[in-house]
Amino acid sequence: MAEATAIGRPAAPVLEGRPGDAELTDALLSPIFQPGPRVARGWLLLVGLAVLATGVFGVAIGATLTLGIGAWGNDIPVAWAFAIVNFVWWIGIGHAGTFISAFLLLLQQSWRSSINRLAEAMTLFAVVQAGLFPILHLGRPWFFYYLVPYPATTGVWPQFRSALPWDAAAIFTYLTVSFLFWYLGLLPDLASARDRAPTRLRQRLYGVFALGWNGSMRHWHRHRIAYGLLAGLATPLVISVHSIVSLDFAIASLPGWHSTIFPPYFVVGALYSGFAMVITLLVPVRRAFGLERVVTARHLDALAKLTLAMGLLITYAYVCELFTAWYTGDLYERYVAFVSRPLGGFAGAYWLMLACNVLAPHLLWLRRVRTRGLPLLGVAVLIQVGMWTERFVIVVTSLSRDFLPSSWGSYAPTWVDWSLLGGSIGFFGLLFLLFLRVVPFVPIAELKELRETRPEGLEATA
Amino acid sequence: MSGWIAAFSSADGALAAARQLRDARAGRIELFAPYPVEGVEEALGDTRPRWLPRLVLAGGVLGLVLGYGVQWYTTVVSYPLDVGGRPLHSAPAFVPISFESVVLGAALAAFVGFFASARLPRLWQPVFEVPGFESATRDRFWLAVVPTSSDPAADLGATLVDLGAERVEPLEGAP
Repeated sequence: MAEATAIGRPAAPVLEGRPGDAELTDALLSPIFQPGPRVARGWLLLVGLAVLATGVFGVAIGATLTLGIGAWGNDIPVAWAFAIVNFVWWIGIGHAGTFISAFLLLLQQSWRSSINRLAEAMTLFAVVQAGLFPILHLGRPWFFYYLVPYPATTGVWPQFRSALPWDAAAIFTYLTVSFLFWYLGLLPDLASARDRAPTRLRQRLYGVFALGWNGSMRHWHRHRIAYGLLAGLATPLVISVHSIVSLDFAIASLPGWHSTIFPPYFVVGALYSGFAMVITLLVPVRRAFGLERVVTARHLDALAKLTLAMGLLITYAYVCELFTAWYTGDLYERYVAFVSRPLGGFAGAYWLMLACNVLAPHLLWLRRVRTRGLPLLGVAVLIQVGMWTERFVIVVTSLSRDFLPSSWGSYAPTWVDWSLLGGSIGFFGLLFLLFLRVVPFVPIAELKELRETRPEGLEATA
Repeated sequence: MSGWIAAFSSADGALAAARQLRDARAGRIELFAPYPVEGVEEALGDTRPRWLPRLVLAGGVLGLVLGYGVQWYTTVVSYPLDVGGRPLHSAPAFVPISFESVVLGAALAAFVGFFASARLPRLWQPVFEVPGFESATRDRFWLAVVPTSSDPAADLGATLVDLGAERVEPLEGAP
């Protein structure tokens, strides 16, 4: 009901009402300590479903390990297919969290405070999924450490002039820095949880992970310096990671891949799907835990506007790709852009991609869609389907139609491919559900500081 | 060494008390609060470590040297491999990993530097023995004073009550 009053106003507040510090702390800790029977039951049901889906993931990984990647639909010429599509999709989703946390922190966007931790956790779990796919795709995943430059008795080192070790370095760095950033931000709230824990065991557990945080100004000052520096480091990192992922494609000479627009195009696509995933997670979480006062219509509105902006940029990238293909006069580029993608065997995927990524975001021009949970959720899910399809189109159409018709081929995924995709979604969901009940998923100390130091920031002008 | 620790219900109250104690040269003062309080540097003295940002810079430089160095050494010295006649020292190809190494080195330095400068992890601290101190992460502002001179400490407890503390407890050990 708080939401209904907020819609009519020009800009809804970041935090509704003026809850006291104690009230705010208890409200934000309640999901982990006393969630209420309905929430707890629903959570358990969802965890059950996610465990089932994770089991499917396990079976599919088991099939891949025992049968080899012959269990997948990949073959020459389409040697990449689902594994790389899933990888790029997940790592893309993982971009929004750090972007929201770090970039918006540097820009002093006060609305970031209610949602940054949830977005960062989403990033971590998405990058975990992403990291699994290239490793499984190695064929003999147990030799993945060959990617690390270590002095082996064979005397062989990774080939650093190939894009694949770049990828490994980017993902490892991104996972590590995202985790450090997330954990450092979490520290004061873990101390809050320690100090409010209902049982001795929980008090000790949170106490160990809070590492002795005592809230002294000595701690806060150093925390602020380190957190700000990490934000400054994480911001260019976000941009670099998907740029490097795009180089896997762009430094190859294949028509439809060999293009200088790829790094910015991929970064925009990553943020696009990432914002959509934040919305997909935030809308149900906000409803289930009754957080409408903390995650207000303004948060949904701001996220939706960012998503719309990314949708327009991705449209520009598509147009630019088509224009460049035509303008080069290159026969193969033109064939991929104007024949094999829109009219070939995977034309359905191509047009689905355009419908989801180019048309669907225009619903976000409507304030009613931006500030209401359900329609916004619908658009966000469409965008994620569209972004997965986009990576499918990029990977599969280009590989199946290269320069020589004699080397053309087709592709069809197997049950293992589909199970890996579905299973990774289940595993992601499981990690996210556990996160919701284990750590405070709305930053408590940051909201208190926001309420105290920038009262005007909470009102309509924010 | 022992002193007093007092709970205040507002940040302003705790800050005002801290200023008074500072002017009276009562001893070493520390404020514990649920969030960083504005203007506290002026009341407590600025103790922010200047070396922390420099450590982060050093971490980044070290990352650059190591990241670029490993790529150069393995490709040029240890395992030279002619790929289509391209130069062994192919600097542009080393840029992405070097950049990632800079960020990784700097971020690790920031993380480790925070814990070193905050003297964490330290699971047990004297303040955790103070009854009611849990509220420091919730909604109370605790001001600790440890006298440095030979002033009788009992007076300090009374002073804290006069300054508006809602609760005053003795503190054994350094805050």
